[in-house]
This record gives sequence, structure tokens and C-alpha cells, in this order.
Amino acid sequence: MVNAMQTTPLLDLQPETSSAAATSTSMAATTADAALAQAWAVLECVPDPEIPVVSIRELGILRDVRRADDARGTLEVVITPTYSGCPAMGQIKQDIESAMTAAGIVPFRVVSVLAPAWTTDWITAEARAKLNAYGIAPPQGDRPIAPGTAQPLRFVPRRGSVADQPPCPHCHSTHTERLAQFGSTACKALYRCLECREPFDYFKPY
Amino acid sequence: MTEQHLAYILRLADNALILGQRNSEWCGHGPALEEDIALSNISLDLIGQARLLYAHAASLETAAGGAARTEDHYAYWRTEPEFANYTLVELPHYGPLAGTARAEKDYAVTIVRNFLYATLMSHLWPALAQSSDAQLAAIAAKSVKENLYHVHHAADWLVRMGDGTEESHLRAQRALDYLAPYTNELFSVDPLEDSVAQAGIGARNGQLKAAWLADVEATLDEATLSLPAPGGYTSTGKLGIHSEHMGFLLAELQSVARLYPGAQW
Repeated sequence: MVNAMQTTPLLDLQPETSSAAATSTSMAATTADAALAQAWAVLECVPDPEIPVVSIRELGILRDVRRADDARGTLEVVITPTYSGCPAMGQIKQDIESAMTAAGIVPFRVVSVLAPAWTTDWITAEARAKLNAYGIAPPQGDRPIAPGTAQPLRFVPRRGSVADQPPCPHCHSTHTERLAQFGSTACKALYRCLECREPFDYFKPY
Repeated sequence: MTEQHLAYILRLADNALILGQRNSEWCGHGPALEEDIALSNISLDLIGQARLLYAHAASLETAAGGAARTEDHYAYWRTEPEFANYTLVELPHYGPLAGTARAEKDYAVTIVRNFLYATLMSHLWPALAQSSDAQLAAIAAKSVKENLYHVHHAADWLVRMGDGTEESHLRAQRALDYLAPYTNELFSVDPLEDSVAQAGIGARNGQLKAAWLADVEATLDEATLSLPAPGGYTSTGKLGIHSEHMGFLLAELQSVARLYPGAQW
């Protein structure tokens, strides 16, 4: 269960073709591969409930669609939670179920896996651009330094100690400062731009 | 082994749940809006970790031929002596009081407690990410990432308070003097840890103590605070013998589930 999800590469569907495929419920696609491709296309259009400009596939929440080893050929939609306590997981599961049912892709089930742990590195380049346009600075590479690994904990100077200065999504200045490490959702921190003075959300590296 | 395995998973879960519940008391009452949100977010992470661990415990118990359980059973339907969290995480957000006296919540107590606990977990979660129990290792690998933000939040505030005003320094030091003895329990001799460590499932906290202490002292130095002399009593929450505060916390946590058993919404 842990490793199987890494074996199938994620399909790189164009949004135009995927929405066309999602609306087509033609069940002429009876072969296994066609059903899988249709499922991917349908799921491509399921947005994240908290950040609806990006899809669950682009955020790395949707890990795989595969056929279960049973007589009915049940499709398994494999998802992984972002933060352990992410309250959107229930909604995401429901949204997947509605989308699959509406497209007539049955039978299926939604499977949640924890390993490998979700990471912001899985957020696609397109999604990063969409986040930025939406007003959320996408995650940078730097995570908080683990105590006792790289260097002793140092909290002064505080600016720049946890994340460096993400560019402002409004005016692109890198002259920004952190207001709070925890923001409107578990995955975001609150920043302020010192040039245009606008506050903005920063998607924390995880 | 299964019995100890289950007990160890429940202890980890109980610590996360009870601290998450305690910290959630700041939701809507934080000293500043940003801190209100921070504590709520940290509680969300902790309760999320607890849910994953309880769900894992339920599958272990079912697989061992025990009763069919759900995560809710462990959180809502066990009694006080069945909870195995450290006393440290159940204490209220204020220092010792006589009798039935009550006090306002003190953010210094909240921050010092979170700092001491999160610093332990910054060593324990990475150790558990190597567990032979694949599901525990997976939960630990996620928790490592979340806990880093918790450590930074608490340490950042501890330095601000300790190296701040005369009043903030005094309150931070007083909170540290109050809570430090409760960390004895984190590292005390523990047959449960011994058995799960031998099985490759868990870790002995005692072996993490030196690293924990080095991290704690480095931040306390920066905060111009000092640990009180070691010693004092060893609390017994992990054995199910809790402080007088635990019953009140559980009463609040479990009240809805027990008033409306099986309620769905």
C-alpha cells in the first residue's frame, strides 16, 4: 500500500482536454485504460476546497488512480492528507465521490495513505503560478531547521530565521516580513510586503 | 507484544489529544489575534496526530481479535485512569493554586509547556519515523514536519518573554520553575518503553534526554532564563494516575459524546 502509489506517473493533462473529458460521460470507453484515463480527467477538475484555484492533483493530494485487485475491477482513488489535522480531508473525499459518481465511473473507492508524507515539493509549477496569481506566495525550498541537526537553534535575528523572504504576490518585492507563523489555514503563514504594504498569505514549506 | 504496542500508541495519542485540547482553550481568547490563530492551528495539528494514532490503535486492537474500535472510542469513552498522557500536558494554563482557587490563563505557562513538549517530540518523532511499525513510522514522518513549526513558535516566544521586560521575564521564569519538575516523568524509567524499544517499535525517551536538554538549555540561554535545579517529584500521568485537573478537562472533552451517544451531524 505504501509503495504502490509511486509506480504510476501522474498524467499531465491539459486543463482544456480534461474539462472536455469530464463533461463527456460517453461510456464507449469500456477498456480498463480508458476508464482510468477518464477518472484522471474527472479528478483533474476537483479543486482544493480551501484554495479553489488549484486542483487536488496539482497540490499533490491526489496520488494515484489504480485498479484494485478484485473481480469487479474497482477503481481506487489514492489521496494523502496535507497536515495531519487538515479539516478539508472529509470535504475532499466527498468532492471526489460526487465527481466520480456524476461521471458514472463506478465502482470506485477513495483510499487515504500517509506514506510517503505529503510535501510542498509536490506542488506543480503551474499550481505555484496559480497560487501566486491568487495572492498566496508559493512555498520556497527552505524549511525550519531541525533542532540538533544543521546548527544550534538560533532565533535572533528572527527575520529570515524560519523562512526567507518570499516575494510579495502583488508587487513581487522581496522586501517582506513575517507577521505570524500560522495563518488562515494550517498550511499558511501571514506575511506583509514592506514595499506595497499589502498583507499576504505564504504557503509554508512542509 | 501487542498489548504493549497498543499501550504505547495510545500513550502517544493521549499526549497529542490532551495537549491539543488544553491549547484549544485559547481559541477565541488568545492574547493577540495572531496567537489565537497559532494556538488553534497547533491544536489542530496535535488533534490530527491523535486521530491518526487512535485510528491505528483501533486497527491494532481489531487485528489482535479484540473489540471493533474506532478512534472516537479512545477519545470519548475511556475514563481518566485509562489515559496515559504525561501530567505536563494536562495542567491548566496557570501555576499552582491552593484549594479550589482559579486564576486567569497565563501565556507564559502555555509557551513554556509547548516548548518543553515540542522539544522532546523534535527528537522522538524522528526516532519513531524509523519504527518497524510502518503506520507509526508514517504518522511520525508527518508529525516531524508539523512539530518543527511548533518548536519554533514556542522557542521564539520564550526568547521574547525571557529577554523582554522585567514582568515578562519574571513570569516566564516562574512558569519554567513550575513546569520543569514535570519533565522528570518524560524520562523516568519505563518498562513500556523498554519493551517497545526492544521490539523496534518505540524509543526510550531516556536516550533522548541529553539531546533534549542541550536544545532546551541553548534556547533558555538566549532567553536569559535558567532551568531550576533537577530533582523534585516524578509525576505519574503516563501510568494513569493524573493530577486533579485531568477530570475537568475530560469532562469538557467528552461531554457532547456522552450526552448524545452516537450522534451524527
